[in-house]
Amino acid sequence: MKTDELARLLATGVERVDRRAPLRRAGIAVALGVLLAGALMAGWLGVRTTLGEDAGAPMLWVKFAFVAWLAAAGAIAALGLARPGVRLARAPVALAAPVLGMWVLAGIVLAGADAPERATLLLGQTWSTCPFNIAVLSLPVLAAALWGMRGFAPTHLAWAGGASGLFAGAVGAFVYAFHCPELAAPFLGLWYVLGMLVPAALGALVGPRVLRW
Amino acid sequence: MTASEDQLKDLAVRGLDGDAGAYHRFLVELSARLRAFLRRRLPHAPEEVEDLVQETLLAIHNQRHTFDSAQPLTPWVHAIARYKLVDFFRRRSRENLTLEPLDGELDCLSTADTDAAEARRDLAKLLDALPERQRLPIVYVKVQGLSVVEAARLTGMSESAVKVAVHRGLKALAAMIRDAT
Repeated sequence: MKTDELARLLATGVERVDRRAPLRRAGIAVALGVLLAGALMAGWLGVRTTLGEDAGAPMLWVKFAFVAWLAAAGAIAALGLARPGVRLARAPVALAAPVLGMWVLAGIVLAGADAPERATLLLGQTWSTCPFNIAVLSLPVLAAALWGMRGFAPTHLAWAGGASGLFAGAVGAFVYAFHCPELAAPFLGLWYVLGMLVPAALGALVGPRVLRW
Repeated sequence: MTASEDQLKDLAVRGLDGDAGAYHRFLVELSARLRAFLRRRLPHAPEEVEDLVQETLLAIHNQRHTFDSAQPLTPWVHAIARYKLVDFFRRRSRENLTLEPLDGELDCLSTADTDAAEARRDLAKLLDALPERQRLPIVYVKVQGLSVVEAARLTGMSESAVKVAVHRGLKALAAMIRDAT
């Protein structure tokens, strides 16, 4: 087949293209993923009964804002990487800012604490389960985000998978925050970040395989 | 932006809105520019150029829903052409082709080359290898130019099933090219 014949074939019978379709598909997928993660959290770990008592603690709100920001920045980065030729602009800065902010906060808290207290601030009560729980809760979101990504045309597959994973990790952490009792900045800056990096690494690893077109 | 960007983008956007004539002109203009771009990129493999022009053209058609008309056309085309070129190098890495640097320039639409060589891979043959429920809708709608309604009547499929089959069939065609070694 000659190239002109191919152009003729491709142009024949074309209809108006719905350019919102991939975004809609991604939105529906992510909504389902979040519902699934929420259901998994409620059935497996349960919402912490003492959550209401912490409502007055500023760190509870800092924690939710921290992961919500990361989820939003992850979504923006993923959507940029989803389309060919779109520049990421400030998305990497938006992703780094809350983490750096949390580390600065952690540094201040640790500097002001006595030596024996520091280990508690860093390890909390739940350091051994926190990253694992976040990673598990993020898995349905990761699957949904990758499926949504397949409705687009990413050209840097590991990055697109990684950004999808980071978004999924932040959503997983947000859901997990309803269960998790930890409020110390050093804990959040270490274990939450580690937990979110697991799906990010997983996404970057599987991206080149599942996102290829 | 160059004149080619503005003209081509106008044709592309009209094509995306369903103007088949504008879309055809877009694809013809685009293939000439892709050919010039790929000839520069593949100085040691001129016989591969036309296959890659066709593969990229098909990819651009299959992914046209990802073009955001608020953005310029050139980076979008360049990213897709580059993606398919990298894929091509990966497939042919055994043959030790020289990989020219791919980054840093966005000139994929700046020059045109209408001197098409014969493609080595025959897409018509690949089309024949598609399963019937994808092949027939493509033949009716895209090759013979029948309406979706007529194609639906001839195949006994619903109209939306015909549209989906055309879309999936062209994606399957791209996958066949991609996975061929």
